[in-house]
Amino acid sequence: MARYVCKRVLLAIVTVFIITLITFFTMNAIPGGPFNSEKASSPQVRAALEKRYNLDKPLPEQYILYMGGLFQGDMGISTKTGRDIRQTITESFKVSAKIGGLAALLATIVGVIMGSIAALRRNTVIDRLIVFFSTLSTAVPSFVLATLLLYFFCIRLDWISVWDTENQNIILPVIALALYPTAYITRLTKTSMLDVLNQDYIRTARAKGVARPKVIFKHALRNALIPVITYVGPMLAYILTGSMVVESIFTIGGLGSKFVTGITNRDYPMIMGTTIFLAVLMVTMNLISDIVYKIVDPRITFD
Amino acid sequence: MSEDMPKKNPLSLQIDLKKFEPATEEEKKQQDVMSKSTTFFRDSMKKLFRNPLAVFSIIVLVLILLVIIFAPMIVPYGYSEMLKFNGTKDKTAMNLAPFTYSVNEQKYMAEHGVKLFPHIFGTDELSRDYFIRVVYGTRVSLAVGFFASLIVLVIGVLYGSISGYCGGRVDLIMMRIVDVIYSLPDMLVIILLSVVLKELLDGSTGIIAKLGTNMVSIFIVFGMLYWVGMARLVRGQILSVKENEYVLAAKSIGTKSSRIVRRHILPNCLSVIIITTALQIPSAIFTESFLSFIGLGVAAPMPSLGSLANNARQGMQSYPYKLMFPALTICLIVLALNLLGDGLRDALDPKLRK
Repeated sequence: MARYVCKRVLLAIVTVFIITLITFFTMNAIPGGPFNSEKASSPQVRAALEKRYNLDKPLPEQYILYMGGLFQGDMGISTKTGRDIRQTITESFKVSAKIGGLAALLATIVGVIMGSIAALRRNTVIDRLIVFFSTLSTAVPSFVLATLLLYFFCIRLDWISVWDTENQNIILPVIALALYPTAYITRLTKTSMLDVLNQDYIRTARAKGVARPKVIFKHALRNALIPVITYVGPMLAYILTGSMVVESIFTIGGLGSKFVTGITNRDYPMIMGTTIFLAVLMVTMNLISDIVYKIVDPRITFD
Repeated sequence: MSEDMPKKNPLSLQIDLKKFEPATEEEKKQQDVMSKSTTFFRDSMKKLFRNPLAVFSIIVLVLILLVIIFAPMIVPYGYSEMLKFNGTKDKTAMNLAPFTYSVNEQKYMAEHGVKLFPHIFGTDELSRDYFIRVVYGTRVSLAVGFFASLIVLVIGVLYGSISGYCGGRVDLIMMRIVDVIYSLPDMLVIILLSVVLKELLDGSTGIIAKLGTNMVSIFIVFGMLYWVGMARLVRGQILSVKENEYVLAAKSIGTKSSRIVRRHILPNCLSVIIITTALQIPSAIFTESFLSFIGLGVAAPMPSLGSLANNARQGMQSYPYKLMFPALTICLIVLALNLLGDGLRDALDPKLRK
């Protein structure tokens, strides 16, 4: 176990390191720099600016300087706004995390409940309906869903007001983000629940006269949820990247939109900061969900 | 009784063969196999066509294919062609509703007594026929999905089979590389790479310019990132297949490794490969529409379903149907491909059912 964890942590660190490398060098390969667009500025001003952001040094040296700063918790200053990157990321992550976390929670709860119902009421109308909706909702791109939600609930029906600084209603973005993971978890729970219900120990428990709710919750559901745990990592990845689109539709200034505008502005510290932050987050979540998976299912062998 | 029947030792426990009678002709006939023998492939196709959802998806996909192949030949408008009237741009033809004509077109039809081809989905804000744009968008999206999956297929199968077959240290190193690529945040890398590739490929000539730099960069990005899932699956399958006795038998008579992989191992991995490829296409279409959404998809005026849906968001309040057409097409294609993939999985490999 300890060996496995060590190996995985090491791999995660290597992955994050490689991501910083890839991001740094691809970012610099994009033609144009942060100060190219300002045509009015004189060469002297530009040189001074570039010196200020270490852009006059050769690339490897810039990379080492950046990484050195990063290890001391310094993510640099935005070349566009001049604001501290770490502060910007923390602020926008608060918004993203609130929406993303709620979406993940909603998806897990609704997905597990629907999946269990579909498995327990197999081949009934309820089961068919649940399967129908979960299949359908995996086929809708998140930006279409988000636009439709915005159109119907905010504009046509006027039930929920459009997102602004005073009125921050997060129901719609959460629904838009949660739909796909909900459908996926429903399918996952249903199949693993069906699998578990056919096991011998369930029959034994029933034969012993254990009450049905206890069989379902204690014996079946606990085992059926194991595959759901492995989906937590990918779900987080989906929600984080999906939030880029949903955030921009609902005009919420989250982390995803910071990344995209960072690229268009060639805001190097911003691109690096957001990528590293998101990468660390995703790699960590994947790592945790893999390790938890191995802990809760002792049948899995460690290699 | 025939004479050459071996004599039974009275002490033997062996069954006395003399007690048996030879079968009559009629009895022999009962053993005849009446049904034709089938191959694995034919059997699974039969299973597939018995699955109503899979048949439905195949019909939907064939219909879509027929429309996108033949519609451009029938509809007299081009995807980037603004409607013209007497040689100048027809300003009355902007944002027409489905099946309506512009004022100028109505005048023209009344004067000449001819019927113009209807704008089935109306027109867009640059007075281009929207139906033909959706048709071309579907072409582009399907092409992206198909070729991206093809790239994933080739790289993934090659990499996975080398890694799985060689095993040992080679496998270890190759799989570590896969692990790292697998845990990269794919969307971030895709966005970064497509920006870089788009800028780098701009100005190139020949086949790349023809396809559009964005399209090529989407293919490259897919080729670089998405093959890892396929490689992992193929490797896992090969690891389990290569332990079988028939592989050992082939090895013992001195068959070359490449032949063993080609003739014995890959055919047994085929179902995994087919299923994964079928499910890869919708994910590629999704990714393309996502990239189009943030403005990194195929270059204008070439439409894709994603870019059409994204452009339609601006006029959402006045022309909601402009979002509905491309969005519904994406949903229909993805749904059909997903259902077909599920059907293929059930037909080819029921063990994989999840």
